[in-house]
Amino acid sequence: MYLLYNHLLPGIDPLSPENVLLIGAGLLTGIPALGSGRCDIASKSPLTGAVGDSNIGGFFAPEMRMAGFDHLVIKGKAEKPVYIWIHDGEIEIIEARHLWGKDTFKTQSLIRSDLGDEEIKSLVIGKAGENLIRFANVRTGMKNSAGRTGMGCVMGSKNLKAIAARGTMDIEFIHPEQLLDYCKEMIDMVMKNRYSRAASKWGTLVIYSTTNTTGLIRTRNFQLNQLDQGWDIEPEEMDKYTIGMSGCYGCPVSCRHRYVLKEGPFSPIFAEGPEYTSLGAFGTMIDCKKMETILVANHLVNKYGLDTLETGGLIAWAMELYEKGIITEKVTDGLKLEWGNEKVLYELIQKITQREGFGSILADGFKPAIAKIGKESEYYAIKVKGMSNLHSDERPTPSLALGIVTSTRGADHLRGRPAIDLYGLPEDFLEEIYGGSMSSDYRSYKGKSRMVWWQELLYAVTDSLGTCKFQTVFLAVHAPKWDEFSKLIHLASGMQYSRSQLMDIGERIYTIERMFNIREGFSRKDDILPERYFKEATPIGLPRVKGIKIDREKFEEMLDEYYTLHGWDKNGVPTEQTLQKLGIQREKSSII
Amino acid sequence: MQKILFVDPEKCTGCRLCENVCSIFHEKVSNPSRARIHIVKWENAGLYIPMVCQQCDNPICETVCPMGALSRDEKTGALLINDELCVGCKLCVMFCPLGGIGIDKNRKILKCDLCSGDPLCVKFCIPGALQFIDANAINLRKRRQAAGKLSDLMKKLLDISI
Repeated sequence: MYLLYNHLLPGIDPLSPENVLLIGAGLLTGIPALGSGRCDIASKSPLTGAVGDSNIGGFFAPEMRMAGFDHLVIKGKAEKPVYIWIHDGEIEIIEARHLWGKDTFKTQSLIRSDLGDEEIKSLVIGKAGENLIRFANVRTGMKNSAGRTGMGCVMGSKNLKAIAARGTMDIEFIHPEQLLDYCKEMIDMVMKNRYSRAASKWGTLVIYSTTNTTGLIRTRNFQLNQLDQGWDIEPEEMDKYTIGMSGCYGCPVSCRHRYVLKEGPFSPIFAEGPEYTSLGAFGTMIDCKKMETILVANHLVNKYGLDTLETGGLIAWAMELYEKGIITEKVTDGLKLEWGNEKVLYELIQKITQREGFGSILADGFKPAIAKIGKESEYYAIKVKGMSNLHSDERPTPSLALGIVTSTRGADHLRGRPAIDLYGLPEDFLEEIYGGSMSSDYRSYKGKSRMVWWQELLYAVTDSLGTCKFQTVFLAVHAPKWDEFSKLIHLASGMQYSRSQLMDIGERIYTIERMFNIREGFSRKDDILPERYFKEATPIGLPRVKGIKIDREKFEEMLDEYYTLHGWDKNGVPTEQTLQKLGIQREKSSII
Repeated sequence: MQKILFVDPEKCTGCRLCENVCSIFHEKVSNPSRARIHIVKWENAGLYIPMVCQQCDNPICETVCPMGALSRDEKTGALLINDELCVGCKLCVMFCPLGGIGIDKNRKILKCDLCSGDPLCVKFCIPGALQFIDANAINLRKRRQAAGKLSDLMKKLLDISI
């Protein structure tokens, strides 16, 4: 984030050569625990104009480190399609004309056969990235995607098809023996969690059973908060299609399915996934109750390199606009955008990728699409800072609602979601974790700003370490966090960081992200929920979540508290005192 | 009874923790290219097969070694390379039909020694694709797995619906 802030001048076009693309491994990348294969990709987002940042698992980051590189800073633009090839201390730029137009799977196999090494790991873009779809993602392997904020679009704008890595250099640790022992302890700690054990069987889909039963799932875009009779997309349904689970580098949980579809559209399909979010994107949000449809759509977006959430969010929005008569078949190229219509879903995914007809309206994301369709369509768009929210309905859960609003990269659950709020944990226990008093009722506003603030710091540090959020306090309460991170950092690198120092680092990262956004013109006015959260009450669900909407006044109060916790003023701008405390001077940009 | 490092590819999730801990334990650095075990993958088909020395009963490596550098540890059952005798001719690497013996970039021969009877890869393999178990247990397990598939057929034939 420091690099991002300092490499860019404010106001540049994210698709211009001036934009920078940063690929970074973490401090703990390569340790044998906590899913240490993660890599962070950052840039100015072409989707939102705010911080662009997406984290990706798989095997690329350790391979990049073993090839001798911790960070790549990519500027400018290639004249014609190229890919970057890094291996054992060397870096080359190779022509990629033959890869242009190829899907994300084929591109990776072609690079392997071109360079004659099956162990090569690549970050690639698909057709969506090439066609500058503003929510195109970056992918590696069969499953992993840096999905959000359009990092694939930035790669496409630089004519950069892929980054391939192969390394046989050592990753050294200061205390290797102790690190091994401690990593075993960490694995045991993670696997003791019921969440991790369930995730090793059904992946992140396990979350769906609880959230849907409760009534926390947005359905038909945002009309219902529960998918009625949605049992055919329960996680156990995956047992019909799966041939086993698959894990990222150094991960004992292995939370993704390897699945096969022998018959049906686009078959035969071998693919990996889907995540909980894809279940929402192609299931609940568009009111589709068929697991098979979700699996096909998941495969298609992965093949083309589209962000699953943004794609599903936009299609669900379009379907509601069609239902309400705001758009008609004239605009949709004759397509009847009916709820749950799988043919329309597949067609739209392809149209978006190719920027064809109605697809070209959706291909630039919410802001430009609203401008084209008309102002009245904005009310139905479930987005923050121009980015689609996932399929969770946060009306009954103020803490989760605050998290999507304050997220620096737009509506998102991976920046600050305090998911454990849903467990109704005892208040003294919550105080022990979060260091302040708060209600254990997830419907309450009391003390919840602290939860979001704390999670934001934790996730910022987790992403910097290159470990997986699912192996810290996200869905599991007794998971490694500050103290464990501190010990791992010490054993791996010899550096000593206390819990409070790590929290300061998290604060510094998040505050720089905030400063980046402020420099681009974002402020408190952009930390706002879609109107529907305040106006429409949840129509169904368990009695305790039914008939609830967000209370505007209480929500604004919560936002004030949240700013105070970060040391930002009423408008969400970091105060001089905070900047001094964190050692961030108001530096001129582009100093590097 | 001596235990055997048993590989069950169906359970492997391809996370490569085994490779990572093997290199840290033996070489004190994280570097799968210096590990004694390797997961061979066909990513596009979802196939992951861990490949590691099987400590053969009639080891070809021992037969072809011109220096007689290989010998069996009677306690653990592992075939060990005597570094003082090894001249690095790599005949063992060439002839092993399983790719069980490797060589690293420093020309060092890499071969599984079962970590002196307590293989670390097994300890870190949460899905249980790697196990260190009695030979008898392997037979029974494989037969039960095979019988399980047969029993499904039998149930259908006999129309037992339990």
